[in-house]
Amino acid sequence: MNLTLNVWRQKGPHDKGGFVKYEMTDINHHMSFLEMMDVLNEQLVKKGEEPVHFDHDCREGICGSCAMHIDGRPHGPMQGTATCQLHMRVFKDGDTITVEPWRAKAFPVIKDLVVDRSAFDRIIQAGGYVSVNTGGVPDANEIPVPKKIADEAFNAATCISCGACVAACKNASAMLFVAAKVSQLALLPQGKVERKNRVEKMVAQMDAEGFGNCTNTQACSVECPKEISQDFIAMMNREYITAKFTSDNV
Amino acid sequence: MNLNSRIPEGPLAEKWEKHKFNVKLVNPANKRKFDIIVVGTGLAGASAAASLAELGYNVKVFTFHDSPRRAHSIAAQGGINAAKNYQNDGDSVYRLFYDTVKGGDYRSREANVYRLAQVSVNIIDQCVAQGVPFAREYGGLLDNRSFGGAQVSRTFYAKGQTGQQLLLGAYSALSRQVATGKVKLYTRTEMLDLVLVDGQARGIITRNLITGKIERHAGHAVLLCTGGYGNVFYLSTNAMASNATAAWRAHRKGALFANPCFTQIHPTCIPVSGTYQSKLTLMSESLRNDGRVWVPKSLEDAARIRKGEIKPTDLPEEARDYYLERRYPSFGNLVPRDVASRNAKYVCDEGRGVGGTGLAVYLDFADAIRRDGRNTIEARYGNLFEMYEKITGDDPYTTPMMIYPAVHYTMGGLWVDYNLMTNIPGLYALGEANFSDHGANRLGASALMQGLADGYFVIPYTLGDYIASLPFQKVDASHPAFDEAEKGVKDTINKLMSIKGKRTVDDFHRELGNIMWEYCGMARNAEGLQKAIGLIQQLRADFWKDVNVGGNVDELNMSLEKANRVADFLELGELMCRDALHREESCGGHFRDEYQTPEGEALRNDEEFTYVAAWQYTGANAEPQLHKEPLQFDNVKLTQRSYK
Ligand SMILES: Cc1cc2nc3c(=O)[nH]c(=O)nc-3n(C[C@H](O)[C@H](O)[C@H](O)COP(=O)(O)OP(=O)(O)OC[C@H]3O[C@@H](n4cnc5c(N)ncnc54)[C@H](O)[C@@H]3O)c2cc1C
Ligand code: FES
Repeated sequence: MNLTLNVWRQKGPHDKGGFVKYEMTDINHHMSFLEMMDVLNEQLVKKGEEPVHFDHDCREGICGSCAMHIDGRPHGPMQGTATCQLHMRVFKDGDTITVEPWRAKAFPVIKDLVVDRSAFDRIIQAGGYVSVNTGGVPDANEIPVPKKIADEAFNAATCISCGACVAACKNASAMLFVAAKVSQLALLPQGKVERKNRVEKMVAQMDAEGFGNCTNTQACSVECPKEISQDFIAMMNREYITAKFTSDNV
Repeated sequence: MNLNSRIPEGPLAEKWEKHKFNVKLVNPANKRKFDIIVVGTGLAGASAAASLAELGYNVKVFTFHDSPRRAHSIAAQGGINAAKNYQNDGDSVYRLFYDTVKGGDYRSREANVYRLAQVSVNIIDQCVAQGVPFAREYGGLLDNRSFGGAQVSRTFYAKGQTGQQLLLGAYSALSRQVATGKVKLYTRTEMLDLVLVDGQARGIITRNLITGKIERHAGHAVLLCTGGYGNVFYLSTNAMASNATAAWRAHRKGALFANPCFTQIHPTCIPVSGTYQSKLTLMSESLRNDGRVWVPKSLEDAARIRKGEIKPTDLPEEARDYYLERRYPSFGNLVPRDVASRNAKYVCDEGRGVGGTGLAVYLDFADAIRRDGRNTIEARYGNLFEMYEKITGDDPYTTPMMIYPAVHYTMGGLWVDYNLMTNIPGLYALGEANFSDHGANRLGASALMQGLADGYFVIPYTLGDYIASLPFQKVDASHPAFDEAEKGVKDTINKLMSIKGKRTVDDFHRELGNIMWEYCGMARNAEGLQKAIGLIQQLRADFWKDVNVGGNVDELNMSLEKANRVADFLELGELMCRDALHREESCGGHFRDEYQTPEGEALRNDEEFTYVAAWQYTGANAEPQLHKEPLQFDNVKLTQRSYK
């Protein structure tokens, strides 16, 4: 099939950037979206132009690297799918496809479609862990965890840190990302000891990074490639309020 | 060169305990005087960096990814082995050790493998304490499954995301140390050379991938936790950016590369659909528990299927060849990876392959669905079926899946001793980057185990032995050795940029991959390997004359990143062929056409080849020098693997 691509090109953080049109011919519908972008890039390099830069690695929807805003939606039109898992068969001959980077103050553009998501790492560094050193821990089966709780913690832990939630949110809020980690660790007995301190620190860091507030529009869950539930945000709010009222910080 | 493996004396089961007692210790107050460089934040790197920082060392950790959590380890699906024997089904440290040595076709070190099995139990404890959400049973205890043909259930898992959950555990431990300031984290920073001062590893040269700045970092020891080199084949199940550059540049500086030809080809991957294809997707091995592998019996039926004249479901039972069940009645579809892969190649070579390219076989669930019901199959494999449908557009509930083998894992890597130190003092290799524990074939769910064993439970002990022998001086990054290494890196980059040829980097990479797959893939022979060596040399020469990189050096330039990596693959590929050529036997993933039993199974030559082949670099276009580390088996008896 033949397509027109409208791709955001931006030379660097300080460049203004803008859309550039590319005509693509003979695109095989079995290709993945990123393979289609590879074809474009090979053509550009052969013409002596710079390829479109974009992050990607696993191409299996698990590393969270890929991050394209396609036709106004993070990761494109398919529900529960990262950009790398999107295949060209969902598009039609003659379509025009618009491709942009994540747009959020806390995710500055580095080049073309590549953005800086290190704010997420700093939020984890603020408290997204259980404080145990290597060695000297109890046997893994010493503390049973009800299957329901373990499964729920797993559902939260499936977050791949791609940032689609932020890109989908009109306020560029990182609530779903933070809530997923807070909930995972608050659910498990291993994480309960530090739960109050953790939520306070992570939320403080989230604010410091310049993410917006959550106004419950729920676009984040809808666009999340791992379909992480909105309920975790409610869970985090409860964690936060409890922490504020009964803080362990003395 | 004398390859001292430093395997401790004494009975197998006591070696590690004794060794831990005998290694030198660094006093806690002195650890902060030492700077440790860790390259890589996958399971091996993240676990090592976190554990060493907890002990008090100053750690600098590097990754070319934008976040430590994106390392290739994240993609592992199936699970991680540990000899917990929670299922009371007869597992033990000794059984895990035995299975691993046998699975590796007797080309690994007994002592290393035994230690791996011993510390496997600690790994699970550690991960659970970090909040890793492993699968659990209704009673709240951990669930296990049997994996990769193992006869006991020793595999721990987190749905199809075990790698991600384990890596997030290690990443959280690492993040905690970043917060304390004990770890300094460098993301989007790629190591491009190793610096030796007086023969000892004393630092690295890196490129900041955003600004293009070349930087130097000094330390008392350098740990390479940089993963495997499967992408030498261009198409593999590895993440796109996985590469061999860190290990290869260390090799050029004198580190020996061991068993480079030992690569693993995984039997159940989604077949190639066209030349645009960028990578191959693994379908979990667990599918072989219920799926039956077949191709049409006759060439004519296969041809009609390929042309789309008939559908696989049209073919009656008697026209199908369930070749694994036919050839291996006792293991059937569950034969080890190397055997399953090779047999798929044979039937496709005969012309009985299916799919558009003829390079695919069926994995059929129709019987399982009839027997257990669609719901049961959906509960077991639902997410995998969905993933398959997303990629191929076919529904595996109604038409058989198509699969074909793909490069998956590299057992070879930098040679290391029992302490995980390479032959260069102060240079260590952990995880898939080293060669140590899997011999000629890795068993399912063992790579995650090895990466975390190395990082959490081996290096924290063994590093001290070397560090304790050093003076407390800071390493000086203004030493002329740093100038020289930095100049070398810049020269290479400038050269790559200045060629301005006609072919893209990917074009060269794709061609290298084709050569490797054709001649150094599932089955190899002397004639083909010799031919491949010539072809690679020619391709390398062309690369340095005709590659087109484009862009600038002082900005994000992904073509340049790739060019650096492909330049190294073009050397490593040749070494792999040389190693495969010299090893005149078949073992594990290394199958030489000339060396097979009358039934077509791998035929080892224990008399002559029970050794580790460790290669020394002697120059880009010079023949490498072979060193042998003999392997001694005191505890297991070498037998012919049989899965009949
Ligand atoms: C699809 C798939 C599924 C798998 N499933 C399983 C499974 O179920 N069970 C199992 O046991 N094993 C599995 N494996 C194998 C296993 O995942 C890997 O062997 C293992 O994760 C490797 O870990 P590592 O820490 O050694 O390296 P990696 O995870 O590859 O990490 C390498 C790190 O090094 C960094 N790096 C590399 N070079 C440089 C450089 N020059 N400069 C700076 N940084 C650098 C990278 O950024 C990265 O952080 C699977 C593999 C694949 C491909
Ligand atoms: S490339 Fe890894 S999630 Fe898309």
